[in-house]
Amino acid sequence: MPLFEAKDLHLRFGDRVVLESVSLAFEAGQLSGIMGPNGAGKTTCFNVLTGRYKPNRGQVLWQGDDITGKSPQDIARLGIARSFQLMNLFDEFTVFENIAIALPGTRRRGHDMIAQAYADTALVDEAHSILEKVGLAGRANDEAKSLSYGARRALEIGVALACRPKLLFLDEPTAGLGSDGRARLTDLILQLKGDLTIVVIEHDMEFLFSLADEISVIHWGQVIARGAPAALKTNPWVEASNLGRLN
Amino acid sequence: MAAARTVPSFTPAMLVTWILFATVPFWIERVGLYQYLGVEILIFALYALAYNLVLGHAGLPSFGHGAFFGIGAYAFGLAQSNIAPNLWVCLAVAAFAAAIAGAFVALFISHRRGIYYALMTIAFGQIFWFIAIKAHRITGGEDGLLKIERLPASLGITTFNLGSNIALYYFVLAVFAVVSFLLWRLVHSPFGRVVKAIKQNEIRARFVGYDVWRYKAAVLVVSTTLSGLAGGLFAMAQTSAFPDVMSLHYSGYVVMMTLVGGGLVSFWGPVIGAVAFFLARDVIGSFTTGWMLWFGLSFVVLVLFKPEGIAGIFAGVMKGRDKIVPRPAAAPQSQAR
Repeated sequence: MPLFEAKDLHLRFGDRVVLESVSLAFEAGQLSGIMGPNGAGKTTCFNVLTGRYKPNRGQVLWQGDDITGKSPQDIARLGIARSFQLMNLFDEFTVFENIAIALPGTRRRGHDMIAQAYADTALVDEAHSILEKVGLAGRANDEAKSLSYGARRALEIGVALACRPKLLFLDEPTAGLGSDGRARLTDLILQLKGDLTIVVIEHDMEFLFSLADEISVIHWGQVIARGAPAALKTNPWVEASNLGRLN
Repeated sequence: MAAARTVPSFTPAMLVTWILFATVPFWIERVGLYQYLGVEILIFALYALAYNLVLGHAGLPSFGHGAFFGIGAYAFGLAQSNIAPNLWVCLAVAAFAAAIAGAFVALFISHRRGIYYALMTIAFGQIFWFIAIKAHRITGGEDGLLKIERLPASLGITTFNLGSNIALYYFVLAVFAVVSFLLWRLVHSPFGRVVKAIKQNEIRARFVGYDVWRYKAAVLVVSTTLSGLAGGLFAMAQTSAFPDVMSLHYSGYVVMMTLVGGGLVSFWGPVIGAVAFFLARDVIGSFTTGWMLWFGLSFVVLVLFKPEGIAGIFAGVMKGRDKIVPRPAAAPQSQAR
């Protein structure tokens, strides 16, 4: 049984069909990729899978349980975290607090109105270990808004990791990164691969083909192909979808 | 192992504020003002601190908060004549009534934000104000609820008579100290930090697992409870309760106090704003009846040029002073050549 499954998802905005019969399955411990041209419906698909949009039809299953239409917070609490294509950080918080606020330990104490928020050293340690993992250990006390673009991308992933996810959705994590940033991100994802189930939306084909175990191609709101990276390169549907960079 | 990240429970600013307020009855008449002004300032400082929990800390633009202040005032008066003429009971009823009203409003508006949230708070504020005017048999309508007494504060072993303005001032100061201490703890608690996170990015807060609706509802209820408490104290201070404190323009006063003082950048900003507001009313008001024109103009100027308010100006000056580095010692002559 796949860890996470989407069955026959349909979504329309007014009279515009955005997703049509989308079915996806992500196996535990694998890194799955989703690719497709701009406007294909990849991010919308993520938004449905993580609870931002409710599908008009279809099912989303987590470990076999139906979670269709659950709210983002309920889905996050199941152990499903995501990063965003357009960065979504707590800009006035320090880098440390961006991570600390997302930790399940902080969340469990979220209704405590009297205790100090970060008095628990175990929680502070956990936040620092995540900062180390994403390469921001030296920036803990800087405001998130003062970070460079690459560092903000790393923090974006750090916030998702702080949720202690079993399944991590990354929406275009390399967008806007230079070659150094991309190399660091590849290292990070390789570190995480195996411990976590990861799903990545990506335009950078080289990046995706070097990391993914399986790739789904979305075009015109539909999954037009699915398979191992090597097999996809010769798929006639993929070639017809003008993703010419595959070869 | 990394050290815990904590903030002190008592800060120099907190102690200085309390001590400064404690000295007020000794000099306020010598500078040409009067004791009752101190009571008013403290009550509205408490109200503005409670209000800033919603506006400054949670980023929720509530423009009908006067309703909860007024509900507290009426509840205090009604409890005195209908439940028990006991200070603690009446204050508890004032806070509880405002909490219930806040919870009711929160049910309808907590899924909103921005302009829609603001409009809904105005609408609910107007509904409560209208009810206060029309429910003549309960509230006294436009004539208000009169003959509210300044009840004595019984502490078991001893009882304090709060009939004089000075005694009432010190009682209100004690309440102010307790509430400001608790609010300070609250804004640095897990709840306070989550609320601050929601203010910055509601979507991300949901995606890291927070039930944003509940937090927005809870912070509004805490704020309305304390606003009701302030309203109860105000009813006791002026020995009456009137619907005008529930009106839109009275709700606007607490917004002005909070923003002028610098509630968006400083915990103590609303207190500074309350002091500035009442001093402007009495000092400028002694020269012209159009004092609000001048205070309103200063509000406009502050919002345009220094939206961080008086606290922001003060912080800027202090930061500027820190940046002034001492001039290096003169180089030895041989090097200077």
